[in-house]
Amino acid sequence: MSQLSTQIPEGYVKVFSRPRSLSDAKYTYCPGCHHGIIGRLIAEAIDELGIQERAVGVAPVGCAVFLFRFYNVDFVQAAHGRACAVATGLKRASPNLIVFTYQGDGDLAAIGTAETVHAANRGENFTVIFVNNQIYGMTGGEMAPTTLPGQRTVTCPEGRDVKLTGHPLKVSEMLAQLDGPVYITRQAVYDARHIQMAKKAILKAFRNQAEGKGFSLVEIVADCPTNFQMSPVEANRWVVEKALQYFPLGDLKVKED
Amino acid sequence: MELGVIFAGFGGQGILLAGKVLARAGMDQGLEVTWLPSYGPEMRGGTANCTVVLADQPIGSPIVDAPRALVAMNLPSLDRFEPRVAAEGLIVYNGSLIPRDPKREDVQGIPVPVNDIARELGNARVINMVALGALVRASGVVPLEAVVAAMAREMRERGRDRLIEINRQALERGFNEAEKLLGDR
Amino acid sequence: MSRVLMRGNEAIAEAAIRAGLKCYFSYPITPQGELVEYMARELPKRGGVFLQAESEVAAINMVYGAAAAGVRTMTSSSSPGNSLKQEGISYLAGARLPAVIVNVMRGGPGLGNIAPAQGDYFQATKGGGHGDYRLIVLAPSTVPEAAQLVMLAFDLSDRYRVPAMILTDGMLGQMMEPVELPPPVDEATIPEKPWALTGAKGRPPNVVRSFELEPRKLKEMNLVLQETYREIEENEVRWEEVETEDAEILLVAHGTVGRIVKTVVRQARKEGIKAGLLRPISLWPFPYGPLRRLAERVPTVLTVELSAGQMWEDVRLAVEGRAKTPFFGELGGVVPTPREILSEVKKHVPA
Repeated sequence: MSQLSTQIPEGYVKVFSRPRSLSDAKYTYCPGCHHGIIGRLIAEAIDELGIQERAVGVAPVGCAVFLFRFYNVDFVQAAHGRACAVATGLKRASPNLIVFTYQGDGDLAAIGTAETVHAANRGENFTVIFVNNQIYGMTGGEMAPTTLPGQRTVTCPEGRDVKLTGHPLKVSEMLAQLDGPVYITRQAVYDARHIQMAKKAILKAFRNQAEGKGFSLVEIVADCPTNFQMSPVEANRWVVEKALQYFPLGDLKVKED
Repeated sequence: MELGVIFAGFGGQGILLAGKVLARAGMDQGLEVTWLPSYGPEMRGGTANCTVVLADQPIGSPIVDAPRALVAMNLPSLDRFEPRVAAEGLIVYNGSLIPRDPKREDVQGIPVPVNDIARELGNARVINMVALGALVRASGVVPLEAVVAAMAREMRERGRDRLIEINRQALERGFNEAEKLLGDR
Repeated sequence: MSRVLMRGNEAIAEAAIRAGLKCYFSYPITPQGELVEYMARELPKRGGVFLQAESEVAAINMVYGAAAAGVRTMTSSSSPGNSLKQEGISYLAGARLPAVIVNVMRGGPGLGNIAPAQGDYFQATKGGGHGDYRLIVLAPSTVPEAAQLVMLAFDLSDRYRVPAMILTDGMLGQMMEPVELPPPVDEATIPEKPWALTGAKGRPPNVVRSFELEPRKLKEMNLVLQETYREIEENEVRWEEVETEDAEILLVAHGTVGRIVKTVVRQARKEGIKAGLLRPISLWPFPYGPLRRLAERVPTVLTVELSAGQMWEDVRLAVEGRAKTPFFGELGGVVPTPREILSEVKKHVPA
């Protein structure tokens, strides 16, 4: 495998580079998928807060199943949906670790609903990055709890019929009702401005943990060009024009002390 | 030596505690002991029983086919367990509530009006210790002082120090009641 | 050290704390409620974490997280709850995480009841979850032995990086017996866990996982497990024999039935029947060898269980036709008395 040179020629100033917390492994995500951007934002946040040596990630089952390869931090692989329970065990055992889970909508909002709600309600002091792309990616584009009404997937080929399969699950709105969490926010990464906003949210969520404040969740409304059967540009547009209709951006809960 | 005792009655009659105090006294005397409760989903008001085994050698089964002694606090308990008592065994039964004597002729029946005695003592809840006192006298398996000491420690651990004295009196009254009956024979 | 009268459930809890337990997670279920209550009361006072989980599934995954952090961790439940834990147990086994799981068995299948039973033997010893894995399964027959085996379970689990299970039943959980508690473990003697997730400081990142997409690599991961299992089979078989020297009928029983059978052996001998007992203490690894050796000379090997014959399959695998292998089992939470077992014994010995 050829490596890009990291040597900076004389007279040049380095303005952009790979975060230290990201490993050299190549992403396994599809072109145009937002996971890559989100993954990088987490690494930048870890670097900026100087917590690489005590960070532990909890990898989900889903497209991010290989997450542990992409970071220079300790990682544990959780069973599908159980990341918040695993993170609870880790953090309770070693409160000095900075623990984060990274979960998709199937993992966090379907099979892992109970673990998520109860960890949030207990105010567990860890950070959840929740990638809501309205579909099951890795298994082949099935309907997710967050799939939009009318949206076609391989398991709702005529489009999601809310009478049969319910409505898009608004996890962040639900969790914001609880007393446990300190920070629940919904962000997106479809353009540069929103990437910067999402980065700030991720930083805040990690900082909350480092300061011992409690449970923070950053939902990121993302795309899935492959399973949407769209080009990256079209999928990006879908987020703005369709997904955000159901999942409006902004802070849902900010508990200041 | 191996003595199996079944304590049986209504939930709330202190059956399990009476068995535990006996087991504890036996342990303090250097015996091997087991205490096995019947357990059910009811918290209060159902039936309760426990089996206590005291032995001078390691105990195999905590379940006893033919107990050497039965403490029956109500009629259903006497009906249920009387047939199982070993020949030449003992039945201490609550004369205040049970309107009949044991039907068996090969066992020693010891009626003790535990509710009446407890009422005289001023606390209806000490019926279990009255019955245990009678059993201790009738079986002779452990000295009364050991049982009083075990009861006192049990009460202290439960934060019920103020109940030690009345329970001590209950044990003694039960012991003396059996003494009266057995001495007569 | 003086003896204390304790319930099985409480002795298990106390022994676990003395073994250096740091994190305990569980969900309430009868008949192991006293274990949870004891932990809630005692563990936080003694520097550990007690957390009541929202489900059995969450509890076992919290154990998975705490085990990944490198601490001694445990969960406990009873049969239906243990079924829910199977997913997490398979992950623990696959990720080679040490942990102790206590199953205080009750009558099944389904909701069953809360009376003592041994119907989870297959689930415990043959792998209740998915994949090729084993648990170290220890079956105590008395309250003091339960305390002792809990401490052993932590040691073996750490040494081999294999989850260990204490398989017992409601009778032992609920009953009281005098226990001489072992002294607390010197934590300096607990093996180092260089694989634990402590933060990638001055070393490459550690990853705890059972996941490996590439079949050949997953095969290698499996072979490591299998090698470990062979090593455990070599070193950790535990059993007790009672009056086997001249036995004409050998009873095989585990856990609380094992102790009931001790009374049966005593009564049978009083009546002139040369009965003996082999009581497997490690249900996995099962004492195939010791049982096979006895079957060379004992004509009848009678298995007694609170199940329809789950351990009986292992008995027959050990005996391999060397002796007759009748079976006597009870179901649904019914516990046979010594007399009932003795009359069964009499059916199989010449009058």
